[in-house]
Amino acid sequence: MNLVTNNKWIGQRTIRPDGMDKVTGRAQFAADTTMPGMIWGKVLRSPHPHARIRSINTAKAEALPGVKAVVTSKDIVDFPIEKGAVMLGIQDMRWMCRNVMARDKALFPGHPVAAVAATTEAIAAEACKLIEVDYEVLPWSIEIDDALKPDAAILHEFNKFDGKPSNIAGRLEHKKGDIAEGFKKADVIIERTFTTRPVHQGYIEPHACLISVAPDGKTTIWSSSQGQFMVRAMTSMLTGIPQSDIRAIPAEIGGGFGGKTIVYLEPLATLLAKKSGRPVKMVMTREEVMRATGPTSGSKSTVKIGATKDGKITAAHGTFYLQAGAFPGSPIRGAAGCSFTPYDIPNLLSEGFDVCSNRSKVAAYRAPGAPIGAYAVECVLDEVAERLKMDPLDFRLKNAAREGTKAAHGPVFPRIGYVETVEAAKASPHYAAPLGDGQGKLRGRGVASGFWFNAGGESSAQVNITEDGNVVVTTGHPDIGGSRAGIANICAELLGIDYRRVSVIIGDTQTVGFSNLTGGSRVLFASSMVVTQSTEKIIQTLRERAAKIWEIDPEAVKWEDGAAHPVSPNAGQFEPLTLQQLAEKAPAMGGPIGAGVQLNTQGADGGFGTHVCDVEIDVDLGIARVIRYTAVQDVGRAIHPGYVEGQLQGGVAQGIGWALNEEYIYTKEGKVDNPGFLDYRMPVCSDLPMLDCIMVEIPNPKHPQGVKGVGEVPLVPVMAAVANAIYNALGKRFYALPMSPPKVLEVLEAPTQQAAE
Amino acid sequence: MAKVHVTTTINGEPMEFLCEPSDTMLDALRGTLNLTGSKEGCASGDCGACSITLDDRLVCSCLMLAVESEGHEIRTIEGMAQGDKLHPLQQKFLEMAALQCGICTSGMLVASDALLKKNPDPSEEEVRFWLAGNLCRCTGYDKIVRAVMETAAEMRAQ
Ligand code: FES
Ligand code: FES
Repeated sequence: MNLVTNNKWIGQRTIRPDGMDKVTGRAQFAADTTMPGMIWGKVLRSPHPHARIRSINTAKAEALPGVKAVVTSKDIVDFPIEKGAVMLGIQDMRWMCRNVMARDKALFPGHPVAAVAATTEAIAAEACKLIEVDYEVLPWSIEIDDALKPDAAILHEFNKFDGKPSNIAGRLEHKKGDIAEGFKKADVIIERTFTTRPVHQGYIEPHACLISVAPDGKTTIWSSSQGQFMVRAMTSMLTGIPQSDIRAIPAEIGGGFGGKTIVYLEPLATLLAKKSGRPVKMVMTREEVMRATGPTSGSKSTVKIGATKDGKITAAHGTFYLQAGAFPGSPIRGAAGCSFTPYDIPNLLSEGFDVCSNRSKVAAYRAPGAPIGAYAVECVLDEVAERLKMDPLDFRLKNAAREGTKAAHGPVFPRIGYVETVEAAKASPHYAAPLGDGQGKLRGRGVASGFWFNAGGESSAQVNITEDGNVVVTTGHPDIGGSRAGIANICAELLGIDYRRVSVIIGDTQTVGFSNLTGGSRVLFASSMVVTQSTEKIIQTLRERAAKIWEIDPEAVKWEDGAAHPVSPNAGQFEPLTLQQLAEKAPAMGGPIGAGVQLNTQGADGGFGTHVCDVEIDVDLGIARVIRYTAVQDVGRAIHPGYVEGQLQGGVAQGIGWALNEEYIYTKEGKVDNPGFLDYRMPVCSDLPMLDCIMVEIPNPKHPQGVKGVGEVPLVPVMAAVANAIYNALGKRFYALPMSPPKVLEVLEAPTQQAAE
Repeated sequence: MAKVHVTTTINGEPMEFLCEPSDTMLDALRGTLNLTGSKEGCASGDCGACSITLDDRLVCSCLMLAVESEGHEIRTIEGMAQGDKLHPLQQKFLEMAALQCGICTSGMLVASDALLKKNPDPSEEEVRFWLAGNLCRCTGYDKIVRAVMETAAEMRAQ
């Protein structure tokens, strides 16, 4: 391993390469772009949660002056159900083709039914109203319990569970040891059931795209997403245009958190552009975002944990039912696979059930599934620790997974940093500080831990030296949270030059090799690997060229501080040759200097975090506020500490929203009743305290700079930490999220402890 | 419907444009004047991504009609730097990593600037309440609040 030490730029809070554009308003997000001759697309959406589409008549809409094209499901490539799964990453195209446009049935209110392109947005919206859809309204269910009733309306008849048509689309389990035996050994057993509501990723930038299709089929897509290659592949599959004819250009992305890992508008806009012969722009309204994209699952989880008197967990059983929305695919792997992983539990059964119901198809949201599972598990752990009269962090330490522990989902852990996060939380000034006087308000403190798998996968990079001796790095994944800054630090470090001489570009699909999504906490892990290898190739070239000039052996040349030097006086006495000098000599020395590397990167270590949360509760109003928060995480190596902290703080803020306020509320007609930022209440600045971070750095031995993914773990423990803090304040426990003021009041007024359901 | 002719000042420059009577100021800025630094996150006054000032008063441009700018002075993110010299807030946001995806950043900067003009020495609480109309989903606000406070301190020291 070639771990860079004595760093000049790695670990520094440098200024990000795209920063200037973003603070001056110059950065181009998808909705900021226009093209000559551009027209506007709009989507007609189902008003019903569940309805058979008998027919669609678009004649009146097509006749409206200004309308240039109308598309329906007939125009989209069908992936027939009977023919079996067609996977693209984790997405099955059979569902994708039905999610972008309803085929035989509309499955949630907001499900696209047709799309129109017209010369203005207003005409397109008007034309949508002229489309006549003949619906046969069907019974529906939104909540898990309703979808599982024996007489529930079945969304997909072909879907069988236990041999019968069912809304359960899948089950997965992780198993270790024998839980019956394990529970027999326990002195304390606690079993609880928890529910959570769906929450939206809440990125501030609505989905948008601009697409042009030339008469020869050459297609240019300008859109914000977590992966331009995903956009190209899905659009190609859903429109039939070959991938080689589609150029997907990544606009800046205004937040994603997993919610922009699939397409919604791009296939529709492409078909409208193809039919009309004009570039088509589509931008969702906030209401469309809330009704028809994301969110993540609501859930119902039952967790049972048994431990001996001296604090050893002997057995655990978790059952996690997650809402998939209209199509199979809820993140049960995250819930069942992550929630017990911080612990070494000899006997374990963790089961996940994927449940369809008539709400929009869920999309990934930061460590998909894991926060839901951790909420249930970490709350029960808290109860067990209390029953055993143990400090909750000591209880975790006693049962912590370490190097050599076999996780239920398969791997035997290498050197991991979980224990260090618990120890750092315990040693933090926060954990030692008294809670202080709430002046009539009740205060409490809670802790919780979390795990996320982290990912590697395919990445490509190209590093080129400019003729004036600076550096351009091109990578293939959109930069959501500052990854360009990390890349610039690493490349400058390796070359020994000022980081401002490195420009980092996100390439489009036709200019850089395939790169997988920005997701799974994989981007800096994977992209720095390919950038490192590309830069090392370049350094090799530079050494060879210096060697040629000096007429010595390339092995006798070293690269240091941005220049070639003889390795020792024995190699000869030469003035160093700088990157600039070698770049200027390039034409005579073999030509341009550049290198590209493509890899399927491996060796991403899992990520662990432990959080400490203080709350203060106004018992008259039922308002719970987080007043102090510390997030501890093993980050491997903080390449740019500012943006690592930002990931931690952002995840915590989202978790606090999920814990205290955010939820989808439905009308009795089965429609989302709060599809805007006023009623879907995300945390605002005045809701939060400063958020402290402790970065534990245990380098990943399989990565050249020791990087581990950091973006997802920060959301995993938050709801449990807040719930445990609220319990500590009130002596009453919540078994449902969000813990919003009306629900807090309900619990405060309830006579018994378990009445919080 | 006939379009309305509007004469106004934007970022210190005299400006004229045509708009529908129902167009918002945000529509006019982004669609007609090609000033796309102001963003649309909600179109309902709840996210602050479209923040501008109208005669030095902070407003959501999605809640204001374009015709209301007639004879008034508008400032947007595009007018915040002086030539190639960044406003101290812009510089501090960069130095302190007070942005991640950057979609809220224009609105945050315009709103923070309006705060510091009114109150050069805000407490943390005052910053938090002033910025409560500007949603950021990425940063958890910590770095933004710190950047605003630190800029205020530096500007006072000058
Ligand atoms: S777009 Fe104006 S406040 Fe959200
Ligand atoms: S930086 Fe992404 S919303 Fe604020």
